[in-house]
Amino acid sequence: MSSITGGLADTKQTAASPIRSSLWRQAFRRLRKNKLAMAGLAFIVFMFLVCFFGPLFSPYANNKINPAIMNQAPSFKHWLGTDLLGRDVLTRLLQAGRISLTVGIASMIISVIIGSILGAVAAYYRGIVDQIIMRIADLLLTIPSLPILFILGALLSEWKVPVEYRMYIVMLMLSFVGWPGLARLVRSQMLTIREREYMQAAIVLGLNDRRKLFNHMIPNIVPLLIVISTLSIGGAILSESVLSFFGLGVMPPTPTWGNMIDAANNLIDFEQHPWLWIPPGVAIFTTVIAINIFGDGLRDVLDPKQKK
Amino acid sequence: MSTYLMRRLMYMILILLGASLLIFLLYAMMPGDFVTNNFKLPAERKAELREIYGLNKPVLERYMNWMNNAFHGNFGFSLSQQKPVLTLFNDYIWNSFLLAITSTFFTWLLAVVIGVVAAYKQYSWFDTMVMIFIFAAMSIPSFFIGLFLIKIMAVDLKWLPPGGMLVTGSNATGMEYIKEVVHHMFLPVVVMTLLGVGSLTRYFRSNMLDVIRQDFIRTARAKGMKERVVLYRHALRNAMLPAITLIGFELPGLFGGSLIIEKIFNWPGIGQLYMQSFTVRDYPLLMGFTMFIAILTVIGTLISDILYHVADPRVKL
Repeated sequence: MSSITGGLADTKQTAASPIRSSLWRQAFRRLRKNKLAMAGLAFIVFMFLVCFFGPLFSPYANNKINPAIMNQAPSFKHWLGTDLLGRDVLTRLLQAGRISLTVGIASMIISVIIGSILGAVAAYYRGIVDQIIMRIADLLLTIPSLPILFILGALLSEWKVPVEYRMYIVMLMLSFVGWPGLARLVRSQMLTIREREYMQAAIVLGLNDRRKLFNHMIPNIVPLLIVISTLSIGGAILSESVLSFFGLGVMPPTPTWGNMIDAANNLIDFEQHPWLWIPPGVAIFTTVIAINIFGDGLRDVLDPKQKK
Repeated sequence: MSTYLMRRLMYMILILLGASLLIFLLYAMMPGDFVTNNFKLPAERKAELREIYGLNKPVLERYMNWMNNAFHGNFGFSLSQQKPVLTLFNDYIWNSFLLAITSTFFTWLLAVVIGVVAAYKQYSWFDTMVMIFIFAAMSIPSFFIGLFLIKIMAVDLKWLPPGGMLVTGSNATGMEYIKEVVHHMFLPVVVMTLLGVGSLTRYFRSNMLDVIRQDFIRTARAKGMKERVVLYRHALRNAMLPAITLIGFELPGLFGGSLIIEKIFNWPGIGQLYMQSFTVRDYPLLMGFTMFIAILTVIGTLISDILYHVADPRVKL
C-alpha cells in the first residue's frame, strides 16, 4: 500500500516539476544563448561585486581627509586621483556605487509593489475603486515629474532630514513618480487576463477573491513585471543621479555617482580636474547600458509580445 | 465621435483642475518665498512686500485667486523679473522651440533611416551595431554627456562655444547673427538628438520588421516589383503611418524646453528660466511653467488619440 502511494507521489513530482519550471527553464536556456544580454548581466554582477566588496580592499576606505594630497591627478598610488579633500576618488566611486545601485533597486522595488498592487486591484474590482486609482495615476502622469522631484527635494532640506536618511527619502520620491506608469501597465494586462477562460473556470469553481488574484492573475503578469522592473532600475539610477547632481537628492558626505559629478559645477574642477567627475559619469552610463541590454534580453525570452 | 470628444474634453478640464490644485499645494509647501529669501531686506519691508504680493494670505485663498486670474488668461506676475508670466514665456519659449524643433527633426530623420535599414538587414552586423547604439543612446545621463562634450569640444579643443546663445556682448545682425546662433546650438542639438534617437530608432525598426513580414509585401515581390519600390512605396509607408500618433507626445517637449539641457548649456530658454526662478522661489513663474507643461501634456495625449484613429480607422474613439 505504502509503496503504491509512494510511487504515486513520485510520478506526481516528476510530472509536476518539469511543467512548473518549463517556462522558466526554457526562458533561461534561451537567455543564455543571447551573448549580448549575458555580457550585460556579467557587467552588472561585476559592478555589484566591485562596489560592495572593492572598498574592503582599499587602503583609503576610511575617507580620511588629507590636505597634503588634494586634487592629485591619477597615479599608481591613486588610480583615479584624489579630490579636493585628498580622498581617493576610486574608493569614493565604489562607495558611491553602493548607494546609487541600492537607491536604484530599492526605488524600483517600492514602485513595482505599489504600482502592481494598485493596478491589479483597479483591474480586478473595476467600478469606483478603479476610477479613483486610475484618476490619481492620470493626475500624476499629467504633471511633469522633474519639477515634482525638485519640489520634494527642496522640501527635504526644509524639513532638515538628516543627511544619512536622505537616501531613503530619495527612494520614496522616485517611487512616488514611478508607480503611476506601472499601475497603468499592470491594469491593462490584468484586464485582458480577467477575460481569459481559466479565469471563468476560477469563478465557476467558486474560488475567493484572494486566491483568484494571487494564485491565478498575478502569477501571469510576473514575467512582464520582471522585465519592467529590470528596465526601470536603469531609469531610477538616472533619475537619482540628476537629482543628486542638482543638490536635491542624496547629499555629501554620502557619495553617490550623481553628487560626485557635482564637482563639474565648479569651473576649476570642471576644466582642470576631470578625474573628479568623468569616472562617476562613465560608471552611470555603463551600468545603465548593461541593465538595459540585460532587460531587453529578458524581454525577448519572457515577454516577446511587448517588444515595441 | 463628437460625444466622445465632449466627454474627453470634460475629463481633460477635470484633470487639469486637479493638476492645478496639486501643483499649487506642492509649491505652497516649498520652503521660503521670494521675499523671505532675500537677505538684504529689513523685516518691516519684508512684511510690507508680502502683504503687497499676497504671500501672507491663507493657501486656499491664494489658490482661488490664482485660478480666477488664470481663467481670465492672467497667469500672474513674475516677482523676480517684474513682468507678466505669459510675456516672459513668450520671450523665452521660442529659444526653446528652436532647439527642440531642430533636434526633433534630426532625431526623426536619423531614426527613420537607421531603423528602416537595420530592420531590412535584420541580424546583420549593421543591425547589431545599431542595437548597441540604441542601448547606449537610451542609457546616457543627459547632464553628464552635456558636460563631457563641453569639456572636450569647448574647453579642450575650443571648436565650439561652451554655452549661451550668442557671444557675450555680441551685436551681430543678419547672416552673422544666424551663424553665431547655429554655432552655439550645435552641441545642445547633438545631445538632445542623441537622447531621443535611441527609443525612436527602435520603434521604427520594430514597425518595419512587422510590416516586412506581411503578405502584401510578399505579393508585391511576387509581382516582380523592384526591391526599391517594394521597400519605399509599400513597406516604408506602412511602417511610418503609426508613428504619427507619436506627434502628440512630442508636444510638451517642443514647447516646454528641457530643464537639464538648457541649464547645462546656459541656453536662454524656458527650462533655464524655470531653473533660475526655482532658486529665488518665484512662485507665479514656477507654477505657470508646471501648469503649462501639464496643459501641453493633456492636449498632446488628445491629439495622439485622434491621430491614432486617423492612422487606423478600425480604432474606434
